[in-house]
Amino acid sequence: MNGIDWTRAETGQELEALVKPAIEKVQLVKYAGASGDFNLIHTDDETARRVGLPGVIAHGMLSMGFLGQLCGQLVGKNGFVSQLMVRFSGMVFPGDVLTCRAKVKKKNENERTLDLELSVEREPGKTLTSGKAILKFY
Amino acid sequence: MLIDPSIIGSTSESKIFEIEKGAIRTFAEAIGDDNLLYKDEAFAKECGHRSIVAPPTFPTTIRVANPKVKFDPSRVLHGQQEYIYERSIVAGDVLRCFSTVVDVLEKEGNTGKMTFLVQEIRGEDLAGNLVYRAKSTLIIR
Repeated sequence: MNGIDWTRAETGQELEALVKPAIEKVQLVKYAGASGDFNLIHTDDETARRVGLPGVIAHGMLSMGFLGQLCGQLVGKNGFVSQLMVRFSGMVFPGDVLTCRAKVKKKNENERTLDLELSVEREPGKTLTSGKAILKFY
Repeated sequence: MLIDPSIIGSTSESKIFEIEKGAIRTFAEAIGDDNLLYKDEAFAKECGHRSIVAPPTFPTTIRVANPKVKFDPSRVLHGQQEYIYERSIVAGDVLRCFSTVVDVLEKEGNTGKMTFLVQEIRGEDLAGNLVYRAKSTLIIR
């Protein structure tokens, strides 16, 4: 829970990545219930196939949740995630093991903020979700 | 266009949301996020919060429908999502939220024309102070 050390963070620094356990179908059911997104393409294979998918796909917001988890860990208890933005580009399926990465884009000494560049990937270098965040330190 | 651009600028009625501890814990658990701030109230208080804190994407649970916005959900893709916070949301917050259509535009894609719908939800405390904004871009094909 200590997060990164603000004084040591530097522009261009690659931060410790978050590797999530393989996504299970039951996690998608849990996320549907917790988030209120009941679109059946995330929980029912038959519905997913009917719209041309190979089977259920994960909620894009779940991947954004993983990036939120990474940002929350990085800022720790010394601040908060003041901004989080993502662009969804690739689909995520049950069984996928996702790696969430963050890099310091800019350190703002006056505001005590770090601008981060974010990505989620299954295979190295192939971004499924990209984004950015601002960590605000108290 | 699949959505009438004349709805740009239209705003929903406001809706009141009570932020509950149980909802926060269930949400964090579904993500597999074991951050203590999201589940341990004593710890959150030690860190200066009134109660447990909501994860950054928690406002996805705050759904405010604008009756003027109509589309077939099976034809929609979530293109982009953004959350901007003035402060963290904590359990016990009571937020007044409303949704505005920011933009409707059409772009030529690989599979024909696509309509982009940009909406923003604003959440305020009961004194009227802005707490967060959630901006989403949906792609309708």
